[in-house]
Amino acid sequence: MSLRGKAAIVGAALAGCGEAHGRTSMDITIEAVHGALADAGVKLSEVDAIATCQPLDLLSGLTLVQELGIAPKFTMNNRMGGSSFLSHTMWAAMLLETGLAETVVICYGSNQRTASGKLMTAIGLPTYEAPYKPMFPLSSYALAADRHMHQFGTTREQLADVAVAARGWAQKNPEAFVRDPLTREDVIASRLISDPLRVRDCCLVTDGGAALVMRRAEVAVDHPQPPVYFLGGGEGTTHRDISEMADLTVTGAAQSGAAAMAMAGVSAADIDVVQLYDAFTINVILFLEDLGFCKKGEGGAFVQGGRIAPGGELPVNTNGGGLSCVHPGMYGMFTLVEAVRQLRGQTGERQIEGAELALCHGNGGVLSSQVTNILGTSATL
Amino acid sequence: MTINTFEGPGPDAQFAEMLAAGDFRIQRCGECDAYVFHPRPICPHCGAAALAWVEPSGAGTVYAKTIVHRRPEKGGDYNVVLVDLAEGVRMMSRVDGVEPSGITTGMAVQASIGEGMNGEPAVIFTPTGGAQ
Repeated sequence: MSLRGKAAIVGAALAGCGEAHGRTSMDITIEAVHGALADAGVKLSEVDAIATCQPLDLLSGLTLVQELGIAPKFTMNNRMGGSSFLSHTMWAAMLLETGLAETVVICYGSNQRTASGKLMTAIGLPTYEAPYKPMFPLSSYALAADRHMHQFGTTREQLADVAVAARGWAQKNPEAFVRDPLTREDVIASRLISDPLRVRDCCLVTDGGAALVMRRAEVAVDHPQPPVYFLGGGEGTTHRDISEMADLTVTGAAQSGAAAMAMAGVSAADIDVVQLYDAFTINVILFLEDLGFCKKGEGGAFVQGGRIAPGGELPVNTNGGGLSCVHPGMYGMFTLVEAVRQLRGQTGERQIEGAELALCHGNGGVLSSQVTNILGTSATL
Repeated sequence: MTINTFEGPGPDAQFAEMLAAGDFRIQRCGECDAYVFHPRPICPHCGAAALAWVEPSGAGTVYAKTIVHRRPEKGGDYNVVLVDLAEGVRMMSRVDGVEPSGITTGMAVQASIGEGMNGEPAVIFTPTGGAQ
């Protein structure tokens, strides 16, 4: 059974992005839920399924139900890292299509910046990596970057170009957390953290939350906003620890992207706007390759010359991404909200004219979980 | 000798005990002959509960490297590498006996038992002067 076009996102909202002083992760999450319900014109009492995954609260689905004061039929708390929410949309589409639920809310929130100033995580180092003290998760991505550079000749400058493109988009987004000019030279001169990755290769540490409301396609048109349809989804899980990843230059995005595009009946060339989980600059290069926007090994050359920056031929991370807009520990939700806004035509100066098809891609763990969603306007049904 | 991984201390505990005694061992499957690291109860290649401890040659190649930058007062920089052993399995480790700039992806290394970053027994590598 294909899920293509069977469910739609009818509400979306952000909350507490940047710094949300004095507010808990659940405060931020619930503000986002409240905003998404208002955006959808849906009452809280209509919500009969929820999905969430929070940075420290391993039973956050239960906490969310309690704090919202609802009694949903389904509480989804599946946890694969920052990609979780792109899996939640697939489960939501299945629940809606089978009639097991009518209204699904998917949400996230974290106060990590104001609460701790660094990544808040419940995840510890694996047994066979702990003696060598890799930085979690940064060193794992540094190892992948090193391998990509060794195997394909990817350059320091090309990694920098990913961060420069993200900043270019952030400068067009009033909601982005960092909007100062950033050059290739700035990135290369920034502080080394885990070689070859420097501080400007790394995502921001911000607070922030986001929420979505999903309903069946046939009722989606009854809501105030134009529906954004779920056209396809796919997952690829390859490992948990970086030392167990078979090939550090090939991620599960090759599987998740192919599955999502097959369900949607589209190819990479059809996509108008791309939202990739850019926790680190190397991610964007790996995912562009694995999702089929360029050949394996050519991702570095692909991102050069402003191709993914404003005005380039492939708009990637139009909000500024995790590198320059917002990154509250798990970024998956933010790929979805930005895609929804682009497909509704609500993104102002950064709007991609005529955007009908969006690809969102989530990453979890240390390149471990990859989940792809294809979203589209009514014109794509 | 094939070990019964479903009785007594599990593979992690057995590995740690051997390492503390100065013996670095990996597993090999009695059914499909694949080498396995890290230690597991059943073979991840064929699913058989037929893994036995074997002594690896210790020869390896650096598959990927990173230098973690740390303030001198906190101990200074250190390296983290992934090493492919000659038996075909990969492990995280550290290369000792060479400056960080001297560690290159593809360089040949040899295993020995040294200390992890917290002083615990750990497999570490030193360069053998070759590259692949």
